[in-house]
Amino acid sequence: MRHIRTIIDKEWAEVFKNRMVIMTMALLPLLFTAIPLLMLAFTGNGSQSVDLPAQSSGLPAGFLAACEDMNANECMQVYLLNQSMLMFMMMPLMIPTTIAAYSIVGEKTTRSLEPLLATPITTLELLAGKSLAAFIPGVLITYGAYAVFLIGTHFLKISAAVRAYLLSPVWFLGILLLGPLLAVIGTMFAIFISSRVSDPRVAEQLSGLVILPLMLVLGIVLAGLLVINLWFMLISILVCALVAYALLHLGTIVFDRENILTKWK
Amino acid sequence: MIKTQKISKTFRIGKKGQTELQAVQNLTLEVDKGEVFGFLGPNGAGKTTTVRMLTALIRPSTGQAQIAGYELGKQDTEIRRNVGILTESPGMYERLSAEKNLTIFANLYDVPDVAQAVNKYLSMLGLWERRYDAVGSFSKGMRQKLAVARALIHEPQILFLDEPTTGLDPEAAKTVRNFIEELKTQGRTIFMTTHNLDEAERLCDRVGIFRQQLLTLDTPANLRKQLFGRKVVFHLREVNPIWVEEVSKLDGISHVEIVENKLVVSMQDPEQSNPIIIQYLVGVGAQILFVGELRHSLEQIYLEMVKTSQGGSL
Ligand SMILES: Nc1ncnc2c1ncn2[C@@H]1O[C@H](COP(=O)(O)OP(=O)(O)OP(=O)(O)O)[C@@H](O)[C@H]1O
Ligand SMILES: [Mg+2]
Repeated sequence: MRHIRTIIDKEWAEVFKNRMVIMTMALLPLLFTAIPLLMLAFTGNGSQSVDLPAQSSGLPAGFLAACEDMNANECMQVYLLNQSMLMFMMMPLMIPTTIAAYSIVGEKTTRSLEPLLATPITTLELLAGKSLAAFIPGVLITYGAYAVFLIGTHFLKISAAVRAYLLSPVWFLGILLLGPLLAVIGTMFAIFISSRVSDPRVAEQLSGLVILPLMLVLGIVLAGLLVINLWFMLISILVCALVAYALLHLGTIVFDRENILTKWK
Repeated sequence: MIKTQKISKTFRIGKKGQTELQAVQNLTLEVDKGEVFGFLGPNGAGKTTTVRMLTALIRPSTGQAQIAGYELGKQDTEIRRNVGILTESPGMYERLSAEKNLTIFANLYDVPDVAQAVNKYLSMLGLWERRYDAVGSFSKGMRQKLAVARALIHEPQILFLDEPTTGLDPEAAKTVRNFIEELKTQGRTIFMTTHNLDEAERLCDRVGIFRQQLLTLDTPANLRKQLFGRKVVFHLREVNPIWVEEVSKLDGISHVEIVENKLVVSMQDPEQSNPIIIQYLVGVGAQILFVGELRHSLEQIYLEMVKTSQGGSL
């Protein structure tokens, strides 16, 4: 444990001095909590307003099924929240990715891997330390941003139906479970990528590819072909859990000491 | 302390790793406790590869080794605990302070009293005043000192130093060298690679000249003798060529030549032969101005060895 703690401590001491990392860690949560709050504020004029049926909202037909007996306004808000949810998921993906990319590439450019690997630390401890150093801020910031978002909605006039959707298991599962899984995936992906390249910006950009599947889902949601309901969430969690497990497993196979020392160039 | 039996390292290089490159071939070596061993060789000889193998950073392709009594490949963590390494490029965490850098490594080496160890080495290497400064602002010499401190922080029995003074100015190099001398008096076993032959001669009990294989291994003094015997120079006011022949006939003399006004005599044992030669020269009326020994530096020996080992390969 002492070794892992030391690595985490070291990563944070180093990486939090990096402007790019700080920007990512500050901007994403700011953006992704502010946007849905503003959207709710501007679209929501209370539940007692124009009581049009959802069908008249002009939303994609596929989506309307999810609205059941909401009015047009509520349905619109749920539609927007659906997308915000996906945006939110970018945080646990991108924050760890950025941290991990800078940490590994930094280690390579300063040539500090060799003395590090000469210590009695095990390869697993080293990987665990590096991953946790990226994973923990990603998850904490996501949780924090979600908390701020929930508190923020209290100051807005939101109908009971929309609030019920916000507090539904879909969102909680998404933030509490899917978020950390995505953080694992982002971390491992970044470690794999950055062990192959030597420029931190390239590493970060390549690692950014990890959000592509998320963007794809966002596109499908926007087109109204998909509604993020409980089933979709459960399946996503299962898939991501499998992917995360596979990546972790692969990591322990691929990264042995000699490999790290001679191939991470 | 360090024992190896025919360790070799072959790297796979090229696009698909089809080409094999043998960096170290059948190295058998023994370094005793408290000994300072110098590992000399030209660029690309495989010195760093050897150090990496012996510090359990990379696995030998074949062969066995015991480091501090532990079996390489089986008890690697124990080996890592008991050796310290100054790597060829002593990478530091640039954004962190000297103190933080050392603290990290003290923790990774499971040092019991981290603060005490860190403070001890910071002051021992003269970095105390700069301990809170980011290493990124350090000069090369200061970095090297910090790297030495890092290698020692867990009080290892064996210290590997890969080119400890390369790239340092004479003064910084001297500081590091003096420090190594001090470590020697503490009874630590030191395995150092170097290009600086005077340094090897000054610091090392034994020297191995290496290029993929161990070419020779001995004390610096014996190496000199082994290759060249010893030469004594007699500076004379005037030289008579006839003396060359006469001196050659004396006991224990292998070769005599004239260089300007000097008689250069190769011999096995100057203590035996010098008085006889002097007696002869005085007898024939030569005026002796000085007598001195011509010392071959290790540099010459080294160049000689490396040249002959070169063959047709490189
Ligand atoms: N990871 C590696 N993969 C492939 N080849 C390598 C690797 N490491 C070293 N080599 C090769 O092994 C040979 C020995 O290299 P090594 O670094 O051990 O030499 P050296 O004696 O330390 O040289 P120098 O004095 O330049 O530091 C070189 O030909 C080098 O290219
Ligand atoms: Mg080298």
